Amino acid sequence: MKSKKVRVLAIPYAVWIVGFTLIPLMFVLAKAVTSPAGGFTFDNLLAIFDPVNRKSLILSLLLAFISTVMCILISYPVALILKSSKIKNKKILMFILILPMWMNFILRILAVQMLLSKNGIINHFLTMAGLSPINIINTPYAIVFGMVYDYLPYMMLPVLNCILAIPDDIIEASRDLGANRLTVLRRIIIPLSLSGIGSGITMVFVPSMTEFVIANILGGGKIQLLGNIIEQEFSVTMNQHLGSGLSVTLMIFVLLTTLLFGRHEDTNKGFVL
Amino acid sequence: MSKKLIELNHISKSFDNTLVLDELDLYIRENEFVTLLGPSGCGKTTLLRIIGGFEKPDIGSVFFDGMDITMLPPNHRQVNTVFQKYALFTHMTIAENIAFGLRIKKKSDAYIKDKIKYALDLVNLPGFENRMPDSLSGGQQQRIAIARAIVNEPKVLLLDEPLGALDLKLRQEMQYELIRLKNELGITFIYVTHDQEEALTMSDTIVVMNQGYIQQIGTPECIYNEPENAFVADFIGESNIIDGVMLEDRLVEIGGQKFACVDTGFEKNEPVDVVIRPEDVELGEPEGGQTEGTVTSIIFKGVHWEIQVESIIGITFMAQTTQHFPVGKRVGISIIPDNFQIMHKPQSEDEEKLIEE
Repeated sequence: MKSKKVRVLAIPYAVWIVGFTLIPLMFVLAKAVTSPAGGFTFDNLLAIFDPVNRKSLILSLLLAFISTVMCILISYPVALILKSSKIKNKKILMFILILPMWMNFILRILAVQMLLSKNGIINHFLTMAGLSPINIINTPYAIVFGMVYDYLPYMMLPVLNCILAIPDDIIEASRDLGANRLTVLRRIIIPLSLSGIGSGITMVFVPSMTEFVIANILGGGKIQLLGNIIEQEFSVTMNQHLGSGLSVTLMIFVLLTTLLFGRHEDTNKGFVL
Repeated sequence: MSKKLIELNHISKSFDNTLVLDELDLYIRENEFVTLLGPSGCGKTTLLRIIGGFEKPDIGSVFFDGMDITMLPPNHRQVNTVFQKYALFTHMTIAENIAFGLRIKKKSDAYIKDKIKYALDLVNLPGFENRMPDSLSGGQQQRIAIARAIVNEPKVLLLDEPLGALDLKLRQEMQYELIRLKNELGITFIYVTHDQEEALTMSDTIVVMNQGYIQQIGTPECIYNEPENAFVADFIGESNIIDGVMLEDRLVEIGGQKFACVDTGFEKNEPVDVVIRPEDVELGEPEGGQTEGTVTSIIFKGVHWEIQVESIIGITFMAQTTQHFPVGKRVGISIIPDNFQIMHKPQSEDEEKLIEE
């Protein structure tokens, strides 16, 4: 009786996942292994070894990696400070930290563009202060900046949740047994927050790796990530078969990341907001 | 008497402008089993945390073996703590949990292995090395927490309501275990609890606390039999606390009737609190007692009956007896002089407040 009810409740999701995920995925897979003429081929999948595509893939992976590491380096100290602070309502602070998420994604990236551009706000202040302006717009640095700015909350939330969930008495117990602050961090806090970092990595690395909008706006169209190439195959060159082939290649990396870091589903139980 | 190991001098501590400890002085001797006993919010846990190094007193100092350790962080103190909720490291095996402190002290692997085995034997959990904390029951987890603390050979073991999360039967078993451990290890135990029975069972010395003040320090027998004020009398066991007037030495008046007692040194006609333990209220035939009354309720408590008697002098006595007296029965009430405990009324409003709360 109960299981029947549960099954009924699952119908909307089942329709959704079959109609909007599984079937399109089948189309993509089918296109990836066929040529525009209709014959079976591996050419679209092997296209990744083409120097241009390979370079884009490596740049995509590199920028995603750098963004993810920077997100960890920014989130972790903040989480530690919040953990040790005596502030009563830490959830409010969390809310403030992820407030940028409430703004439209494109708007945020356009704002970053304004900040970083040659005659932008940052350079304006640098010139006023008598310093030389920086020239990072339309470079990979700008793209990394945009990715970190955009995806930071996705690292911050799981890491913060995980660290705040560590009971104070466990930390006190380790201090009591002779651990200094560094040992507490190394042997207690980091091991107990690995699952949060894992979720964060999945949620930052995967979208960064497949990103193309940030690269378009902050890269000035000059920097080609694999996402940009795929987008162009679908919208400009109109070679859906090649686009699908490259997508499937990228999907393998997404899958690998999820397998490596996404195993800690249980840690998101405190995921609020 | 053995020497003083821990000395607390004029300790004051407040949180958010609420005074939790007020100029508290206390010393603890070597190899003593000391219990800090009091209701929640009395400051007993804060006091333990100050000894452990997790809180700094606002005023006052903590001496350990003659050395001022007030500002010393917990990892440099020769004390270890057993926490109420066990606080085991859930990502480590039992062996790794126990080895935690020893690894920090850079002990050899052979030494650590020996110590783990010794500690697990001591807490009656041999062979648990490779289990994970989550797979253990509450009682087992608490034993591991004790093992993890004692392998470091602390001079003092601090226990913060360690049995609070266990069920009654297990709690009683663990009380005997703790006494045995204390005797085998020969170290000082400082034990925090709000459970007066636990305190009476295990302690060499009980420190009764309320509202940041020490109410009485003494052996369990002394605290139970000779409570210094109405708060202690009320908190330790059950009591009849009655308003009375001390007419002269060895004579007290309650409800207009004179009773012989053994207390001396009060002023003539001084208003006093009179404490009588319920097991000391003897019931019998109406004619045979010092006064008489009617049974208004009777409750079965297992070992004894708990009986309320409305007496003709206007006072309701609570009595505990193994005899059964039905409701409505007229009974005689007698109390021998030794069993009256006479106490001064609280002097100031502060003290009054103390007792009411």
